[in-house]
Formats: sequence, structure tokens, C-alpha cells
Amino acid sequence: MFTRRELLQTTGSGFGFLAFSALAHHAAARDAAVNPLAPKATHFPAKAKRVLFLCMDGGPSHVDTFDSKPKLTADDGKSYSGGRGRFGGKLLGSPWKFPKQGQSGLPVSELFLEVGKHADELCLLNGMHTDIPNHPQAFLQMHCGLFQFPRPSLGAWVLYGLGTANENLPGFVTISPPTNNGGPANYGSNFLPAIYQGTRIGGGGGGFFGGGTNVSNIRNPRQSVTDQRAQLDFTQSLNKESLAKSGENPAVDGLIESYELAFRMQAELPKAIDVSRESKDTLALYGIGSGNGGGGFGGGLGGRRGGGTDGFGRQCLMARKLLEAGVRFVEITKGGWDQHRNLKEDLANNCEAIDRPIAGLLTDLKQRGLLKDTLVIWGGEFGRTPYAQGTDGRDHNSKGFTIWMAGGGVKGGHAHGRTDDYGHEAVEGKVHVHDWHATVLHLLGLDHEKLTYRHAGRDFRLTDVKGNVVKEIVA
Amino acid sequence: MRSRLLRSAVFAAVVLALPSFAADEPPKKNPFRRPAEKAKAAPVERPAQGFTDAPTAEQVKFFEAKIRPVLVEQCYKCHSSETEKVKAGLTLDTRDGLRRGGDTGPAIVPGNATKSLLIDVLTTKDEDRQMPPKKKLPDTVIADFKAWVTMGAPDPRDGAAKVVKNEIDIEKGRQFWAFQPLRKAGGRNQEPGVSQVDSYLQAGWAAKGLKPVPAADKVTLVRRMYLDLIGLPPTLEQVDAFVADQSPDAVSKLAEELLASAHFGERWGRHWLDVARYGESTGKAVNFNYPHAWRYRDYVIAAYNADKPFDQFVKEQLAGDLLLAKTDREKAEHVVATGFLALGTKNLNERNRLQFELDLVDEQIDAFSQAFLGLTAACARCHDHKFDPIPTKDYYALAGIFRSTETCYGTVRFAQANQPSSLISLPQGSSRSAIPEKLTAAERTRIEESIRDIQKKMQTSEPLQNIFNAAQLAIQRSRLSLYEDDGTPKLLAMGVREKFRPADSAVFNRGEVDKPGATVSRGVLQVVTTKQPKITRGSGRLELANWVASAENPLTARVYVNRVWLHLFGRGLVATPDNFGTTGQPPSNPALLDHLATWFIENGWSTKKLVKYLVTTRAYQLSTTFDAKNHEADPDNALAWRMTPGRLDAEVIHDAMLAVSGRLDRKAPVGSSVAAAGEGPSQRPRLGSAVASDPNDPHRAVYLPSVRDNLQESLALFDAADPNLIVGDRTNTTVPAQALFLLNNPFVIRQADATAAKLIDASSSDSERIRQAYRLIYGRTPSAKEQTNAESFVKKYSNKHSRRETWTAFSQALFGSAEFLMRN
Repeated sequence: MFTRRELLQTTGSGFGFLAFSALAHHAAARDAAVNPLAPKATHFPAKAKRVLFLCMDGGPSHVDTFDSKPKLTADDGKSYSGGRGRFGGKLLGSPWKFPKQGQSGLPVSELFLEVGKHADELCLLNGMHTDIPNHPQAFLQMHCGLFQFPRPSLGAWVLYGLGTANENLPGFVTISPPTNNGGPANYGSNFLPAIYQGTRIGGGGGGFFGGGTNVSNIRNPRQSVTDQRAQLDFTQSLNKESLAKSGENPAVDGLIESYELAFRMQAELPKAIDVSRESKDTLALYGIGSGNGGGGFGGGLGGRRGGGTDGFGRQCLMARKLLEAGVRFVEITKGGWDQHRNLKEDLANNCEAIDRPIAGLLTDLKQRGLLKDTLVIWGGEFGRTPYAQGTDGRDHNSKGFTIWMAGGGVKGGHAHGRTDDYGHEAVEGKVHVHDWHATVLHLLGLDHEKLTYRHAGRDFRLTDVKGNVVKEIVA
Repeated sequence: MRSRLLRSAVFAAVVLALPSFAADEPPKKNPFRRPAEKAKAAPVERPAQGFTDAPTAEQVKFFEAKIRPVLVEQCYKCHSSETEKVKAGLTLDTRDGLRRGGDTGPAIVPGNATKSLLIDVLTTKDEDRQMPPKKKLPDTVIADFKAWVTMGAPDPRDGAAKVVKNEIDIEKGRQFWAFQPLRKAGGRNQEPGVSQVDSYLQAGWAAKGLKPVPAADKVTLVRRMYLDLIGLPPTLEQVDAFVADQSPDAVSKLAEELLASAHFGERWGRHWLDVARYGESTGKAVNFNYPHAWRYRDYVIAAYNADKPFDQFVKEQLAGDLLLAKTDREKAEHVVATGFLALGTKNLNERNRLQFELDLVDEQIDAFSQAFLGLTAACARCHDHKFDPIPTKDYYALAGIFRSTETCYGTVRFAQANQPSSLISLPQGSSRSAIPEKLTAAERTRIEESIRDIQKKMQTSEPLQNIFNAAQLAIQRSRLSLYEDDGTPKLLAMGVREKFRPADSAVFNRGEVDKPGATVSRGVLQVVTTKQPKITRGSGRLELANWVASAENPLTARVYVNRVWLHLFGRGLVATPDNFGTTGQPPSNPALLDHLATWFIENGWSTKKLVKYLVTTRAYQLSTTFDAKNHEADPDNALAWRMTPGRLDAEVIHDAMLAVSGRLDRKAPVGSSVAAAGEGPSQRPRLGSAVASDPNDPHRAVYLPSVRDNLQESLALFDAADPNLIVGDRTNTTVPAQALFLLNNPFVIRQADATAAKLIDASSSDSERIRQAYRLIYGRTPSAKEQTNAESFVKKYSNKHSRRETWTAFSQALFGSAEFLMRN
């Protein structure tokens, strides 16, 4: 049997900050889980090694983007009895055409002509549904599985299940997350050890994030790195003295290790997210340099307008760099999808702001050989109604919507499930949020029923007591 | 659409109460459940009205030909009393069973096919509800069933249904250790000078062959006592005084002194605020401020400082409004105490009033049962408790009490906030006000004008803009409502009061609001009482409070003394302080736990006496020295063979830095920055109700705003209790984000800088400054080796930096070190 410290040394890198309370309650896990972020074995061979979640906050309209509904167009203006009635309930055909794209001929709205060029990589989940057509609950459910209260988020579970591949960077990064709709809970670790929570970059108040860094406390306001290193060496000498006095002490070990990672992160994290040194071609690929697309935050009072691709492009490029550097899970939030009104203008602007960046991202991942084992996900907390709200808007719709995935072992050029002829309710190949979570974990080589964590005397999982893997979409 | 929505919401609420359980986790089932075989035949509970009781020969023929074969073939597999696992509590193999229905209510409304659940599930398109689950029956068969129901569901079958529901055996439940009366063991044989506590611990050590480690040295002990009792490190003088005191009762005297400090309440009140899930906003989706929550915070701190007997503390929090009070002051104190029931999280954007009420009551049951009883009674909302002897009936007996209670928490109505309530006015002069001055006439006019302006604007604005206008209007009005007509600030509090018409509650099947079942009498948990209190008047809250705060209730004292033990020893005798049920941990030393509970009651439920009793034990004064042999036998230190070391609480780190730097304002502020922000959403600057967080606030951390989901970084990073949860035992993490905070956060640097100024002033010699720094920050002098190491850092660093910068860097290094951050 190794002692803890020996194990720490043998795991190399001395990278072993600990979640002590968790360990204290798991005598058996104590020795095994010395480094909770070390890469871990999957339950079965994985198709994807990392995840990029493009989170569309506000509920983008599926019937205008990735769920083609010819009958809705044909019946435009007819009254519809299936709706809530509150807003008139007249069917609203999509103002946009759905050309067939790629060899697969997937219909993708002309709002996404660039993304459409990658149709053969896309796997559309057209039969998505969720429990509540209300932003905060649905947003939380999309991230944590439940809508009633926070649980560990998807990214935290993934990091807990897989560990990370870069010891100098956090394993889960979330870019410009919203402060509302549950805020930090959506990237929190909840009862999982805090080490699995997402590290936030940007966001935090609705502001646009334009390539700088505002990771909390990432830079010392007065000291140079050399001076700080000298100071830290002194601190660590004090810590080692404490350790020598106390004998075995995981808390002090952990403190020492966490300082070293934090110090390394200061150097590496800003570099990993700095897009200013990228080539002109790369920048152009992502649409960087052509107007500020805005990182507006949806929910509540309608979306912010914005057409340029610069903002989202930077975030996508940054995400690619982080993934390439070994970060396990990256999420980018793009708000402003809550088109209760002004659908034609605002939805077009929103899609324009992300179309080129996402297409560029897919191209870039592919040319770097990363797409095959990177799972890219696009989607929001729910979809929108096929009937109109006012004359130029759509209401929330939890009964049917679309999420698409690409790369990472999913079937490309494939549409799974469908909604009814108008796009109101999922009727075939229904995929609940729990099923989607189970599938994401499956692609990562994790069995959603086995990925559990003991808390308050029970084994919890992301999918609660639900979830079925959608095997049909696995390549 | 609406009702379907609701149903799905409630359905998911059921799911949340049914978490997945580990296969290896005992118990797999509720151990108190009666086995199914023993269930006896029982008569029909519900009167079966409208059914055709004397079927004609024709009808019998129809049943035998068209209905019975289908039931046998398609339904019995899951719905007969012969089957091993009956689904949804519904049996169809007898007439009674069929008429009784299942968990979701009656299957048949005789004569009305469209209203009958049975027909509904046969015809629905919803795959989740469709019966039979695999394949829809042919339309002709469904038509037969419709016709049969329409004729009154004639059913010639005889015999009563067997009740297959496995009921919880309360009597068996009472045998579980936590529900047993306290065992008053006779005093153990004691060596002279060894406390009862030590003697019980020694017995535990002996059984496992453990040898206690040596006692801590006095310098370690004095720091430990200051940190544990008042949450602040000792000053140089305080360390010296204790070390110099060679008398045998030095520890006892110091304990007395610290217990008498006003800081004791700030430290121990915080422990209770963790358990009381104290927060100053609603949390959940819309997160509105609770501008008056701070009164409860102050009440708790004052209660600890006054050493309010814990049984009285319990009664005031559950039923303060119903207790006798001699003065306005006392009356106000009692009302504020009931804030415990009012300041939980609330889902203000729930539209359904009944759903909101039941959720609120559920939150109250959850909080009170975990905080006082260490039980997760809220698990029994939708089904009998999976593991503990708490039937759903007991849950709704409690729910009846809380549903007969009006909860007053404030908030305003607009947009997504649909459920405001009133607040409770306290008599003038009965307590402090967060508002320092009267509202001037000019100020009143200004607010009134702005209200009129908004109203005018609203007549011409677009509907969407008016959502924002309405919000502003509601907030402006709430500002005015803070004052009496003459401008005097009102004294408002959160709390509860009796409803005019107390009533028993229905049991809501599966917790669903549209499925009310039989009504149950208000009462308390059967497993913890043999005699239900008589509720003759009012809600029953007073009876509930008396039942909780009784020496006869075996849980209350056990749970509380365990909390106190945990805060002094770093680990509870029961390691799951909020769960004394079967999924919690059993006590590591049951005799000691019962001894403490008994002692506590005999000593007037006095927290201060208990704390003193514990810190004067030998066990508390042990060192944290690691011992490999002991560790192997008892790795969690469950038997307290040493003092458990641990990182300081978030608040203590914050306060200790301020104390060392000399910037700490030791006075308690009045109110809170949430009170200053007023009613409205806590994070919307445009509406003027956003809570300001001042990074230079010099007060103790217990007074910093406690906005749910938005705790101050310095607290959240270091595992402060999440105000959404009942937290008896905080998590204790070590993550790089904390290290970044210690390396780079301006708060830390400011405290280091102020400390540097003190050190520079204190002496002109570097080696003396190092000594001072060690004493200030660690409470001890450096060893020769440490002195040399420090001198070499100072020398090197000062080559390139000013004196102030050097000592700042030095102080910050000490703040960031294990010795400062840990309590040994």
C-alpha cells in the first residue's frame, strides 16, 4: 500500500489537489482518488474525448432553423387549436427556405447557409422535448438534469467522469454564461467536489466579452510573475514546514498542489484564450473582425440585436484553442433567442452572428483532425411554437425542438426523430433532456447509470432515475 | 395545455423525490415496511357510488364476454393481487380493487367514460401513460369498455380486494436507535479529574486499541479556542495572558471569557444560520430580495449571546407569534424568530396558487425536520418515506399545520414574480430600523411623482416596455410602503401568523396538486411520539413546537448536541448531522451521544454550558498529531483519538485577515446591504434593487449580504454554506480558485498591505518585524530555522522592492500559508 504522499509523487506532476470532504467519507476511494483530475478510464471505449457545447440561451426557433415544416408554410395564417390561445394561435409559416444541403440532403434553413455546408457532419435531434416551457427551469434542466433546483452540471459530471488532459488548465471552462436562469448553478459542481466546477471566462453581467481575460483573480494587480514566484516559493516553504510538523496531512498537501496549478494557470490560461496572435486566415475563417455580434443575454424581455460575427467568432476560436490544449469540456453561451416578437429581424441577426463562426469552427476542427473525437453540440433550452405570438413572434415550446450534434462519434448527415407536421410536438424518436444527457455521456464512454456520486447517503447521477441512450445516432 | 403543463411539472417533482440509489447502499428498501404477505384483506375504504350494484343477466354476460377476458389477458400481469409487484397500487382482479382505483385515484367514474381514468389510459396518445403500455387495444375493445363504464361498470365478481399496499410499521420504526428514548446510563467509573465525556471516549478507544495522542501545547490551544468560540484569532496579548496563566482552571477561565464575548454569538449564530438556510433573497428563478431577513440574523446572534435555552429557541422559531410576551420588545423578538419559517427559497414565478402554497409548506417541513430533528420528512410528500418510518399521512399531518399558517415574506408583484405576500409590522420602538431617518415630505413627493410619471408612461408604451414599467412601479410603491404616513420608518419583519380558518390537509396523491385524496388530522410524526398532541385551537404550530422542544423527544437534543460537538471536534458523533434516519450514519459513540443529550437537557438546554463542558475535556485539548497506527484503525477519527485538523471557515479567513490588519470593525452594523437595496430582483441594476457588495466592508463576514446564488466571492470560494440548503456540515475543498484568490485578490493584498504598515511601525529591525509578524498572524514566535528562512526572503525581496512592498509580500505569504488557513 502506498502512502498518500508516495501516490502523489507517483502520479507525476505532483498534481493532486484534493476534495477532502469527499474523500473523508469514502474510505475506499481515499487511496484511489488521490488526484481527482487525473485522466480516468471510461466505462467502455469512447467515441468522443471532449465536448464543445454551443448553448443558445433563450430558446431558438427550431421551425425556422433545423426542423423543416413544409405543411406549416402551406398552412400559414390558418388558425390552430393546439396552441395556448393566448396569442391568437394562427400558424406562422417560416419566412425562410430550407434548401437541401450536402450529399445527405438534410434540409437546413437559409439562416444557416454556412453551417449548412457541413450538413453531412450534422446529426439533428428533431424530436427533443423538455418538461417546462419557462426559461429558468428549462435552462437549469438542460444543464443539471433537474429543473427544480441545482444539481451538478453536465460539464462537472463529464470532468468528474473523465478527468482532464492538461494539468495547467482547468478541465471545464464556460465562456460568457448568463447570470440569470440559475446563473452559476449551470456550471456548478453542486455536491460534486468543487474541483469539478466550471471556470468562468467573461460574462457575469451581460457584457460582451471581446478577447481579453477576466477569469477571477487570474492576474496580480501589482506583482510581476518573478516576484510572485519568489513570494510563492516562500509560502510553499512555510507550507512544507507545516507538513513536516504535522506529519501526514492531506489538507496541506492539497494546498501546496493547488497553489502550483493556480500559478501555472496564470501563465497558461490567458495564453490559451488569447486569439490576438492567430493568423489572418484563421481569424477570417471564424468571422473575426467583421462587426461585434454581441453576447446578448436572452430570457425575459426579448433578445438583443446584433449581426456581426466578431464576438461569437472570438469565443469559438478561443474554445477551439482550449479544447486543443486539453480542456475536457467547453461551453459558450449565446443569448438573445427569445423571439416573442420581431422574429424576422432578430432571428436573422442572431443566426448571422453565429453562422460563419460555427462553420469556421467545424472546418477548423476538421482540418486539425479534432472533429472526429470532439463532440460539438448546438441547442437551447427549448424551441418555439409553430403558431404566432402577435404577428411576428413565437412563444416558448417545450414539447418539440431541435438540438444538433456533430463530430465525436455521431452519425453525420442524419436526422433522428421528428415533430408533428407543424413542429409543435415531438412524435417520433422522442428524445427527452435526460435521454440527451445519457447519450452525451455514452459518446464519451460513460454509462450514465454507472456515473454516480455518493451524496447524503445516496448515489446520484446526472440523469436522476431516467434517461435512455439514443443508440440510433451513434456512428 | 395548462393542466398538462402542471402535470408534467408535478410529475417531475415526484421524480426528484425518487433519486437513484446505490445498489450497495443499505438499506435498499424501507426496513420498516410490513412484508406484503402479511397484508390482510380489508374492506373498501371509499364508498363506491354510482356503480351498478345489481347487474342484470345481460350486463353480466357483457362483462364475462367482453370485459373480463381482456382484463385477465391484458391487465392482470401488473394489476392483480396475485402479482408480485403491483403497479400503481391498482388491482383489477376483484370488483373492490377495480372500484377502489390505484395511487392516482379511482379508475372509473361510473356512467362517465370520458372522465374515467381507465378509458383515458386506453385511448391516450401519450406513450408514457398509454395502457397496455406496449400496444394499444383495438378500437372495438375500447368501445366495449366505454359502453361498460357508461352502464355503471357492472361487475359480478365477489370478494374483497386484498390490500397490497405495504404499509410502514411504525412500531418497528420506533426500535431504530434514533427514535429510542435517551438512555440515561449511570455515570461511568471515573478516574479523578477525568470528565464523563473523556471516560466515554476512553471506552471507545479501548475497544479499538487506540491510544490518544499527546495534548496540544498552550499556544495551539489558545488559538484553537479563540477560533472555535468567537471565530477570531487571539491578539498577542491574549496569547501571552493564557500562556502565562499556570492555574489548573486556565482553560475554564478562558472559555468563560470567550463565551461572554459578543463575538461568540457572531460565530455560533453563523453555525445556526447555516442550518436555518438563512438567505436574504428568494433564490430560484427570479431571486427577489428579502430586505427584512437581517432581523432574523440579528435575532439568532443575540439568542446565542444571551444563551437562550435551546428549547425556548426552538419554540420561538416555530411558534414565537403564539408565545406569551411581556413587552413589545419581547413580542417583536418572538415574531422575528418565526422568520425561520419565512425565509426559505421561493419559486415566485409559479402561477398556480395551490402549487405555490404546497411548495412553500414543503420547504418549511424540509427545513424544520432537518434542522431540529435530523430527519428528511419532506421525502414523504409524494410517497411513504423510502427508508424512514414516515408515512405520507404523517407528512400531510404536518402539512395541515403549516397550511393553517400564513407565511409573510414580502416581495413585490410583476412580470415573473406572481406570489408576493404581506410582511408583519412590529410595534414602534420594539426594535431597530435599517432606515436611519424619517421620510421627508420632499422625498415622498419625489417618489409619488415618479409613480405618476410611470403610470402616465404606461398608457402609451408598448406592452413589452410596460413589463419594465410595471416593475418600476411596483418597486417605487414598495419604497413608499416602508414608511408610516408621517414618514416614520415602519418596523417590518418576515415571519408567520395563524390563518383565520385552520384546517386539516388532504393527502395529495404523488404530491400532485390536482390529486387531493383523503384528509388527515393535523399532527406530528408518529414514530417520535406515542401520544399525538391535541390540536383544539389554531394551526397546531404551538403544539408542534412543544413536541419538538420537549425532553421527551429523543431527536431534538441528540441532533443539537451533535451539532455542537461537530463544531468543536470537526466531525459529528453522528457524521451526518442533518440525517439521523436509516440512510444517515449511526453514532460512533452512542453512549456518549446520549450522555451529552441528557446532560444538555438537565443543564437547562444551555449552549454555553455545553460548549464549556466540551472544551474543558481532555479530548478537546488533544493535539492534531498524526498517528499511523490509530489512523489505520480509525481513519476518519470518528472516535476522537486526536483533534481533527481542518481549514478555517470562509468567514473566519475573512475576519482573521481583517483582525490582523487592524481594519476590522468589531461593531455590528444595523441592517444589511439587502435592506438598503429594498424590494425587487437582486441582480437587475436597472430597477434599482440590485444588492451592492462592498469589497471594503470592514464588518465581520456574518453581516455581509447573503443573496442566494450570489454569495460574495471570498465566502463562496471557501465553501460558505449555500443558503439554498440546510447545511449542518460544510464541505471543505481545496481548489486552485482559492489559491488564485489568495495570490491575487485585492482584498487579500489590502490586508497584507495594512499589516505591513503595522510591522514597519512596530520596529526598525527586520528580525524583530519577522517575530512580530509570526506572532500577529500565527500567534507564536518563529523557530531559529524559520527566522533564518524568513530573513533570507525579506533580504532578497527588498533588493528590488520598497520596504512597504516587501513587508506586504511577506504578510501575504503568511496569510496564504497552511498555518494561517488551518486550525490545529
